[in-house]
Amino acid sequence: MAVSAQRLKLQGIVKDYPGCRANDGVDLTVGAGEIHALLGENGAGKSTLMKIIYGVVQPDAGRIVWNGHPVTVENPARARQLGIGMVFQHFSLFETLTVAENIALGLPADEVRDRGALEQRIREVSEHYGMALDPRRFVSTLSMGERQRVEIVRCLVQESTLLILDEPTSVLTPQEVATLFKTLRKLARDGCSILFISHKLEEVRSLCDQATVLRQGRVSGHCQPKDLSASDIARLMVGDDTPISTQVSAAQPGDTLLQVQELSWQTDDPFGTSLKNIGFSLRAGEIVGIAGVAGNGQEELLKVLSGEITLKGEAIRFTGEAIDRLPPGARRARGLAVVPEERLGRGAVPVMSLADNALLTAAGQGLVRRGVIRRQRVREFARDVIARFGVRCSGEQSSASSLSGGNLQKYILGREACQSPRLLVASHPTWGVDVGSAVSIHQALVKLRDEGAAILLISEDLDELYQLCHRMGAICNGRLSPLAPASELSINQLGQWMAGNFKAEEFADAAA
Amino acid sequence: MLQLERRPEASTTLRWLSPLLALALTVATGFLLFLGMGKDPIQALTFFFITPISDLTGLAELGLKTAPLLLCAAGLTVCFRARIWNIGAEGHFLIGAVAASAVAVSVGEAGGFLVLPAVLLAGIAGGMAWAAIAAFLKTHLNCNEILTTIMLNYIALNLLLYAVHGPLKDPCGFGFPQSVMFADAALLPALINGTRLHIGLAFGLLAAVAVWVLFARSFIGYQLNVVGEDHRAAAFAGFSARRLTWFALLVGGATAGLAGAAEVTGPIGQLVPQVSPGYGYTAIIVVFLGRMHALGIIAASALLALTFIGGEMLQIAMNMPKAVTAMFQGMLLFYLLTCDAFIHYRIRFRRPLPAGLSQPAAPAGQEL
Repeated sequence: MAVSAQRLKLQGIVKDYPGCRANDGVDLTVGAGEIHALLGENGAGKSTLMKIIYGVVQPDAGRIVWNGHPVTVENPARARQLGIGMVFQHFSLFETLTVAENIALGLPADEVRDRGALEQRIREVSEHYGMALDPRRFVSTLSMGERQRVEIVRCLVQESTLLILDEPTSVLTPQEVATLFKTLRKLARDGCSILFISHKLEEVRSLCDQATVLRQGRVSGHCQPKDLSASDIARLMVGDDTPISTQVSAAQPGDTLLQVQELSWQTDDPFGTSLKNIGFSLRAGEIVGIAGVAGNGQEELLKVLSGEITLKGEAIRFTGEAIDRLPPGARRARGLAVVPEERLGRGAVPVMSLADNALLTAAGQGLVRRGVIRRQRVREFARDVIARFGVRCSGEQSSASSLSGGNLQKYILGREACQSPRLLVASHPTWGVDVGSAVSIHQALVKLRDEGAAILLISEDLDELYQLCHRMGAICNGRLSPLAPASELSINQLGQWMAGNFKAEEFADAAA
Repeated sequence: MLQLERRPEASTTLRWLSPLLALALTVATGFLLFLGMGKDPIQALTFFFITPISDLTGLAELGLKTAPLLLCAAGLTVCFRARIWNIGAEGHFLIGAVAASAVAVSVGEAGGFLVLPAVLLAGIAGGMAWAAIAAFLKTHLNCNEILTTIMLNYIALNLLLYAVHGPLKDPCGFGFPQSVMFADAALLPALINGTRLHIGLAFGLLAAVAVWVLFARSFIGYQLNVVGEDHRAAAFAGFSARRLTWFALLVGGATAGLAGAAEVTGPIGQLVPQVSPGYGYTAIIVVFLGRMHALGIIAASALLALTFIGGEMLQIAMNMPKAVTAMFQGMLLFYLLTCDAFIHYRIRFRRPLPAGLSQPAAPAGQEL
């Protein structure tokens, strides 16, 4: 066992991309049967390191030692041959194929000739690890949690001895997370090593034996996460000079601003979600949160509210007026601002300067007169947003794509906030954002709320929702749960709602 | 090992250098080609590029050919900025010429200073109407504008042939498929006396200035840019893609239609089947070569106009085929697209992997 005690050892891994060094001399050791966390903010180099281990990209320098032998992982096929399996954050499954067919695709041809034997093996493996799966079901009919099981079972059928999981819990409800952790612990006991990539510190503390923390491409620390507090680990991730949380005072809700009743919308996209009988209200001076696993109608709800999708009826009333038919510009003119989840390519045009991007939604703020752009005012507006929201950039002429995710998000939120909206709908405002920027985004939202605006926060980050929201609920398969005061809503109850376990009659309370 | 690697930022230098590079490569290839044909390459290139513009008459001819290219290119720039791939300038041009001729022929010998504006407006309206078909098909039936505009070009050509063989045919023209010569009141005034250069060139330059103002100053120009760069951002902002599509295509139709009207009322003076040597298609090359920028398309129009005249010159002076023009235009576009790749990419020479990583891939259970 002396050799296999160290399953994977990376030494001095360096990877350069044009304009940045993603990994700068990274060392990492994962023992047999160890659950090892790889922690770091977005852009710290976690993904690059994983891709190097899995053979997707080649390092510029450094050594990879597998079970005591130096190896070159030329491609993912070689990685699988060595026994390295990977579950990507965005699943690589064909929705139109069955579970067994999807798994067969990753196996050598001679192992899949006997379909019956393969299905038997899938059943055995999945049941042994408590992940019930029917090999004949089509992937399109599976929930996110079940799809993840397919990915994991695929790795196990390939007899992987190192399983890499990239942010595996981001698509799961709290209950599904608990099941996944049980499975992973059992796998580890059977000798499989697990590399768990995450930025959710409480999860890492409950699951992982060891952790390696990356910051700006370098290893900033090793630790045993169970021995440290979440804020100690966060310090390792972000460094010493960044605030890591924001204090939120109690909300003082005022009059009802937005009233949504019996909102339904049928999608024509086979992979979209139809909205079914959604009802909720939103008052001035409060933040209402909507939790949910990605792809359950959040995107569609946002588009219906922003006006990117217009409706025929009178389901959406904003300050008493039905706005269903109004296009985005008219809704914005009434004080309804939106921060979409995609920063580049919806919230901002990547190749355009920050100044030009101000015009995207703020043209109504006196930046255009009789069809002519007032350049000086546009520049002033952009400079004002940059200064007030601490956007780090080389000036209002920098292109949107040159900013980091967090800084661009601050700019987009600032652009909307500077127009003093009465209602702000924000979708995943801190997704993929560094901790420092996330804190200032939270502060900006709370400040806007205290100035009397209503805020609808759609997010997958439950910590964020609990921290900021006055009331919250969950969306599942296009249906919205009742809303409950955040202080009275248990995480268990919210998890049930995220899984769709709520009754239609509960709406009666929600609308009140 | 040679590798094409994405640049962290697009190169602004190359964006403007690329057309010059493409021109240099075109000239170099032309040199080799003439050499291969057994012609004196220096003499041929001189005939192609220098001789046509070495006197006033030549320069006036250059301006004459620049005018329709510039007008068509100005309208196409508006479309292409919004990524509306309007290939229909040729069709708009032809319909503009037919519509203008219809008015000019029906007015006959009647004089008056309103005749010429009416003829030109008919050309503009004709081009716009033709573009409106493609706009309707795109906005209401979601038809790809590349296909519809190309197909409409052929329909327009056949309409032109029908017109010169039928309703607009000169009854005293000995059966030739052409209209009567227009009356003086329907002809464009000359820009330089003693040459064929008419004020159509001024229309072209004005159109280029208008395009510059549109994109530098106006909100609608900004909206066109946003739709072109990122249609999801445009939808988020609430810019109506349908309205902008109509706007861009109608502008494209108007300028190309005016170009067609200016051609029949300018150098030709009547409607003939060969009213366009492919101005509407060549204008597409102009727009890309001119970087969709007003100054750029002015320069590029002049260069492409030169390929028409240079090609004619080589036919006459060195007995070369007419295809020389199309070949040079084709090479220009080909090299331009090639050079444009280097705006976003660069070539890297890479050494093989460092020594520590270069063990050959051995099967599992390998030795050190």
